[in-house]
Parts: sequence; structure tokens; C-alpha cells
Amino acid sequence: MSFSIQDKPIDPRVLEARLRDDRAGACVTFEGWVRDHNEGEAVTALEYEAHEPIAVAEGEKILAEARERFDVIAIHAEHRVGSLAIGDCAVWVGVSAAHRGAAFDACRYVIDEIKARVPIWKKEHYADGDSGWVNCATRAPAHRAGQAAKVS
Amino acid sequence: MMQVTARYFAAFREQAGKESERVETRARTAGELYGELATRHGFADPRARCKVAINDELRDWDAELADGDVVLFFPPVAGG
Repeated sequence: MSFSIQDKPIDPRVLEARLRDDRAGACVTFEGWVRDHNEGEAVTALEYEAHEPIAVAEGEKILAEARERFDVIAIHAEHRVGSLAIGDCAVWVGVSAAHRGAAFDACRYVIDEIKARVPIWKKEHYADGDSGWVNCATRAPAHRAGQAAKVS
Repeated sequence: MMQVTARYFAAFREQAGKESERVETRARTAGELYGELATRHGFADPRARCKVAINDELRDWDAELADGDVVLFFPPVAGG
């Protein structure tokens, strides 16, 4: 029942086993995968960076909130850092509960809050050789020029 | 004047061209310091979308600074 930052590949089957409990009648897991496109750009790879002390503290806080709000039995989440390839698992959230409603709700709550609150950043590498930090108003001028050219 | 250490992450680190620096400032709050440093380094993200931590604890932008604080500036997060 914890949140962690991982620099090694995430193995969903190993994590899922941690949710096992004889009282559990439902298990909901979420996997976030690296996809090959974002906002019209062809993406070739991703790099994730975290500030681990605060990322773990905030992640644990989110899991504690989920345990308080929803009737869950076990809950666990992990997020990758480092270089990831297309198809890699970047984030994993798993919840077991007696009934499916709490498991779905808690899983959704945790992934949404992780995305909004945990200090993790994603740098996309594009097929044209450019790169950019997602959500930041800081893309390289060359990239913006490329975007404008494609739009016009 | 007081002296604090500013630490930059992700896009902020690349824009500032450094991971951290010692800063002499008259800023009273974390938000005022962000204003100064955003001007110096060209940070374009509005404060409301960013986060700040003082001595490894997330704080509000109106948190007051003390001499010797380590102030961490987080650009908009993008986990998941």
C-alpha cells in the first residue's frame, strides 16, 4: 500500500499480486502507456523526471485520501522515471475492494490526482528530432515554427 | 536583503541553464521570488500552473521566505 518512483520497468503482474486479499471481490488496475503521438506530433520516445522526495510524499497523500474516501482493501501506485520507449508502462495504479464501485472510483481518483499534483515532468522526443516538455510554455522556437508551418 | 538557494526542475532547469543558484533577494514571498526569477530566466509559465516547495515541502505562493531557505520551482507537472 504505497506510492513509489521506479527507474526500472514496471511489471503489472507482480504489482497486481500485491492487491490479492480474500475479502476482495473486485480489482481495478490502470496502466498508462507511452503512445506514439501527442497533439498531432509523432512521438518517438519519452523521458520522465521526478523530484522524488516530494513526488513520494504527495503520492502517499493521494493514496491516503483514496483510502479515506472509498471503501478499498489494497491500493498501490508506481510511476516511472528515465527514458521510455513507445508501449512502455509509465504509470500503474491498482486497487482491490469488496465491490467494483469503490475499486473503479478509487483507481480513477488516484490517477487523476497523480497527473495533477505529483512533481513529475515529461519530455517528448519528436520524429523531426525536436523535443519539448509537456504542459510547459517552453517549447523550442524551432518546434513552434514547425507547428506553424504545418497549420498554415 | 537575504540569501536563498533556488532550485530548478525540468523545463525551468533548461531555461535557466542551471540546476540551482544562490539568490540575493528582497522578495518576501515565494511568489515574489518567482516573479524575479521568471524575469531573469524567461520562465513563461503562469505562476498558477506551477508549484513551489520550500525546504522540500510544497507551499502556497504567498509563503514567506527566510534567509537560507532552499526554494524549489516546479514547472507545470505532466505525470501519467
